[in-house]
Amino acid sequence: MTAINTTTARINHFADLEALRQVSAQTLAVRTAESVRLPDAEQIQILVCGGTGCQAGKSVATRKAFEVAIREAGLSDRVSVHQVGCFGFCRMGPVVVIYPGETFYCEVAAKDVSDIITHHVMGGNPVQRLLYAPSPKEKVRVQTMAANPFYKGQQRVALKLCGHIDPEDIRESIGAGRYFALAKGLLEMTPASVIDEIKRSGLRGRGGGGFPTGKKWEFAAASVNDVKYVLCNADEGDPGAFMDRSVLEGDPHAIIEAMALAGYAIGAKQGYVYVRAEYPVAIHRLGIAIRQAREVGLLGEKILGTDFSFDIDIRLGAGAFVCGEETALIASIEGERGMPRPRPPFPAVSGLWQKPTLNNNVETYANVPDIILKGAEWYAAMGTPKSTGTKVFAVAGNIMNTGLVEVPMGTTLREIVYGMGGGIPKGKKFKAAQTGGPSGGCIPAQLLDTPMDFDTLVSLGSMMGSGGLIVMDDSTCMVDVARFYLEFTQEESCGKCPPCRVGTKRMLELLDKITTGEGTLEDIDKLEELAAGIKATSLCGLGQTAPNPVLSTLHYFRDEFIAHVVEKRCPAGKCQALTEFRIDAELCKGCGLCARKCPTNCISGEIKHPFVIDASACVKCGNCSDVCKFGAVVH
Amino acid sequence: MINLTIDRKQVQVESGTTVLEAARSMGVNIPTLCYLKNINKIGACRMCLVEVKGARGLQTSCTTPCTEGMEVTTNNTAVRAARKLVLELLLSDHNMECPTCVRAGNCELLQLSQEHGVSGIRYEGEKHAAHCDCDSPSLSIDSSKCVLCQRCVAVCREVQGVSAISLVGRGFESAVTPFWKTSIDAAACALCGQCTLVCPTGALTEKDDTEKVWAALMDPTKHVIVQTAPATRVAIGEMFGMPHGAIATGQMVAAIRSLGFDRVFDTNFSADLTIMEEASELVSRLQNGGPLPLITSCSPGWVKYAEHFFPDQLDHLSSCKSPQQMFGAIAKTYYAEKQGIDPKDIVSVSIMPCTAKKFEAARDEMNASGYQDVDYVLTTRELGRMIKQAGLNLAKLRPEEYDVPLGIGTGAGQIFGTTGGVMEAAMRTAAAWLGGTDMPRLTFQEVRGEVAGIREATVVINGNVFFLAIANGLAAAGRIMEKIKAGDTRYHFVEIMGCPGGCIGGGGQPIPSEGPDALEEVRLARIKSMYAIDEAQTIRRSHENPAIQELYREFLGAPLSHKSHELLHTHYHGRGPAGVRKAAAASGVKK
Repeated sequence: MTAINTTTARINHFADLEALRQVSAQTLAVRTAESVRLPDAEQIQILVCGGTGCQAGKSVATRKAFEVAIREAGLSDRVSVHQVGCFGFCRMGPVVVIYPGETFYCEVAAKDVSDIITHHVMGGNPVQRLLYAPSPKEKVRVQTMAANPFYKGQQRVALKLCGHIDPEDIRESIGAGRYFALAKGLLEMTPASVIDEIKRSGLRGRGGGGFPTGKKWEFAAASVNDVKYVLCNADEGDPGAFMDRSVLEGDPHAIIEAMALAGYAIGAKQGYVYVRAEYPVAIHRLGIAIRQAREVGLLGEKILGTDFSFDIDIRLGAGAFVCGEETALIASIEGERGMPRPRPPFPAVSGLWQKPTLNNNVETYANVPDIILKGAEWYAAMGTPKSTGTKVFAVAGNIMNTGLVEVPMGTTLREIVYGMGGGIPKGKKFKAAQTGGPSGGCIPAQLLDTPMDFDTLVSLGSMMGSGGLIVMDDSTCMVDVARFYLEFTQEESCGKCPPCRVGTKRMLELLDKITTGEGTLEDIDKLEELAAGIKATSLCGLGQTAPNPVLSTLHYFRDEFIAHVVEKRCPAGKCQALTEFRIDAELCKGCGLCARKCPTNCISGEIKHPFVIDASACVKCGNCSDVCKFGAVVH
Repeated sequence: MINLTIDRKQVQVESGTTVLEAARSMGVNIPTLCYLKNINKIGACRMCLVEVKGARGLQTSCTTPCTEGMEVTTNNTAVRAARKLVLELLLSDHNMECPTCVRAGNCELLQLSQEHGVSGIRYEGEKHAAHCDCDSPSLSIDSSKCVLCQRCVAVCREVQGVSAISLVGRGFESAVTPFWKTSIDAAACALCGQCTLVCPTGALTEKDDTEKVWAALMDPTKHVIVQTAPATRVAIGEMFGMPHGAIATGQMVAAIRSLGFDRVFDTNFSADLTIMEEASELVSRLQNGGPLPLITSCSPGWVKYAEHFFPDQLDHLSSCKSPQQMFGAIAKTYYAEKQGIDPKDIVSVSIMPCTAKKFEAARDEMNASGYQDVDYVLTTRELGRMIKQAGLNLAKLRPEEYDVPLGIGTGAGQIFGTTGGVMEAAMRTAAAWLGGTDMPRLTFQEVRGEVAGIREATVVINGNVFFLAIANGLAAAGRIMEKIKAGDTRYHFVEIMGCPGGCIGGGGQPIPSEGPDALEEVRLARIKSMYAIDEAQTIRRSHENPAIQELYREFLGAPLSHKSHELLHTHYHGRGPAGVRKAAAASGVKK
């Protein structure tokens, strides 16, 4: 749906907005956990996840199958299908939620649709096999989101409308309360009081640095210039992080509303969303949202009958990680090569086209409307005193429930990993979690009760970053992890300054030496020396933080580095050059599973007798070790 | 005014001054590799890091403005370690064949490494994939020596408005090349060589033709003649310890003769010839309805730029060949005939302040004599190297005179090498030709100037009004061409020189030992000397040059004669790739 109903008139006054909200709210009324399905319920709504993750799982086919089935069953007058944004529970996608009753179905394929229509929609009985079973052993299934342990403990502010509304229909956004914060700002507040509200909320930038947002707005407002710009950084680049994409895909009007508020607060009339081209769904939906907002007059001239005018355009990034750095982002919007510029001058003074510029990331903006509507105190009451509000984490790696979770700041790592995350699969042990992406560091098992907030993470040698949270089990080699992240930053270095361009290359070479058994103790010293030097001399945040994963793993797992260089051994068995797999004849039951899974057929033996690995043909993939039920494959 | 302390010493500077500028003003030379005064302030090389009290981490002094009460430390353990680390990392990725590098004598990287006591490289490793580009007749690029300071990129873009080169690729494999990593020969490049003046290392240099010239000199069957451009004599001394702009005409002639050239001639001679033809062309265009303005075509970088960027405006360019090429055509015809030498045995060499002249000599059109008119072009730098190879100390040589007749030039020919000089030379002759007084004007202060950019002047001679414009630097050339293209017809005559300051600032001139920030000062000193030479001449109008008069009498007939057209005039053609003029860059340079 690219154009909204032409009968939706332009919103010229607050009354128009309120009238539209009341009409649209009726559509949304049924979408609550409390709504109960009556046997003769008038209306059933089927919400199908349209996030990138679920679309990759063929949720579009699922949605279309629902549409066809409903038409064929003659149910079109009382059953409707809605594409919504991401529910966050990506591991179990495609997700389908049916209201009333909030029945939460997982992994729904097109072939499952007829069952749902027959049994649930027509028969009133949920399809048990598609409900979520938190514990695979007990086979107990939960019906609602509220009962799902993945959502227990979550508190959704930035993600609150993701999975709740159709992001391609502005009426649903307005029905859910979008643009009322803008209305409040424009009609009841001065720009200074908007900034003051943000300041008092304690909101800090969700893009990485955690700089106080209100202060940033204040600096931009203080710069005197006829032309200013508001930017939204949607160049989400941390490996595994996708909360910004989810917001743009699921609730794009939150960003438009917040940017307009920012424009009002600092005195800007134009905004740009810089979004990476690898996010086609987000770009598509944001484009629709901007067009619809323009159509109804919520972007453009004289918004809500005031003298405030504001518009937004989209600028696409070509996928360079460094373009998430704000001065590089600005250069890229200007059409230049995406390279950072030294500060000062700060963008608030001289940014895009040398004009005062305010830049916040997507998740930061997503918090703004509720802060304005519900007040700074409401927001500051969540989280910790210095890290207020909630934070979205993209949970990935060796963990049961991968996906997006939004929790109050200060929630412990343990709560996330073992609560929403469901723990570590395959009975393995938690070893460490990497936070903050390639600029961050790792948190070891002994610090599982670390409260996740900006300052604690920094004090542990890691950082919040954009909220990537990669969980690693005890089969992970920490030297290899450090190498992985450094390889990423080294490849993503823009090339402008020597410490980052050459220094990260040299660090990577040292790590290569260590992981292939060529390293020495002196190399570890060199690595640390170089890391400190690169941090001190690099131009931008990318280079200044690139050594963090190495320093952090050296800090908590130095013994693993030493094992690599002194004993020429990789304790986790990941570094191929240092690992040799063999079968313990005592433990081997002779089942032959390892031989069947071996890609090079280098395992041989007789059933019920111990098998043997031919080391000369072994490629050290570790399959045998992974599949052995008896722990007989050792390294 | 702002008060701050640098290394515990009080200093007062104007608002807007950077820490680097403030420090240098008080004799504290903070090292830099990427900084270029008024052109490149991008904080890339990290050599100028200093400690600013209260700031988070070290700051690049080239981009940090001074603030009231600021406390700066330019030399402490952290700063020294930072600079040394940067140098070690750069060297670990650098082609270390220093003894064979043409810049070994004045390499900024080498100098900084020595100054900072870099005694070894702690972090050895793989080097970036290097590319060498020697396809153009003018420039050589060797990326194995590039430190990615981007000075060249900035000069090409900000000063010349050409943007022929930029950073390509990412991270460790970043390289300065034309778009798509094509050869510079296949790019919309003027070959002006301004990049070679600012390159801190040997990554960007002139194409070296000295061996070819040595071979010709050592060949007994060849009659090797040479012409020296007006701007070379005020610059070559700098390579031999003489002050900037030192006039070394006689010593240069002596040195060249010692190298073994059979005749030492002067481009000032053919500059005078150019005035004869070009002034006549102007008169003809004024009388025959244009096209106007007439634009000078002596600067081959400018001509190539026009062919790339303004192919539809080429009829404005004077059809006159440049003095170098007029000399070449006359040498292998008139001079050969007069001396009874078969032109095939003449090797014609020119010494130029310019890298684009190498390209000009190799143009297909430049064989009016039936042979390539000018065989080899050496830059001032290459000549300096040959003189050193011959063991000569130019500064100590006894001055000698040019040979006759092609070594006779006037003051008007001499000032061809500076911005405004061609215009003034033309006006001197115009003033004499248009008459109205017994004492025609000799000095035209209104067309002189030192600053890169555009100057306009109105000159009235005996009731004839000339609207004139002078541009130097290709960015200025582009601006004036946009006006002309848009239909601005005010001007009658426009002088364009491709390099800042004109030929004295050419891309083939000696590189100041103090680094490229001295270029501005060096150009001023050279300009001063150009006019000093002019003033010392007895003959200061081109048409009064007796050798020129004899040439017309004996050989050409009159300006714009059939023979003149055959030998001294040429044509231009648009060339690909089309140049694209970019909007002023946002590289942090103050506008």
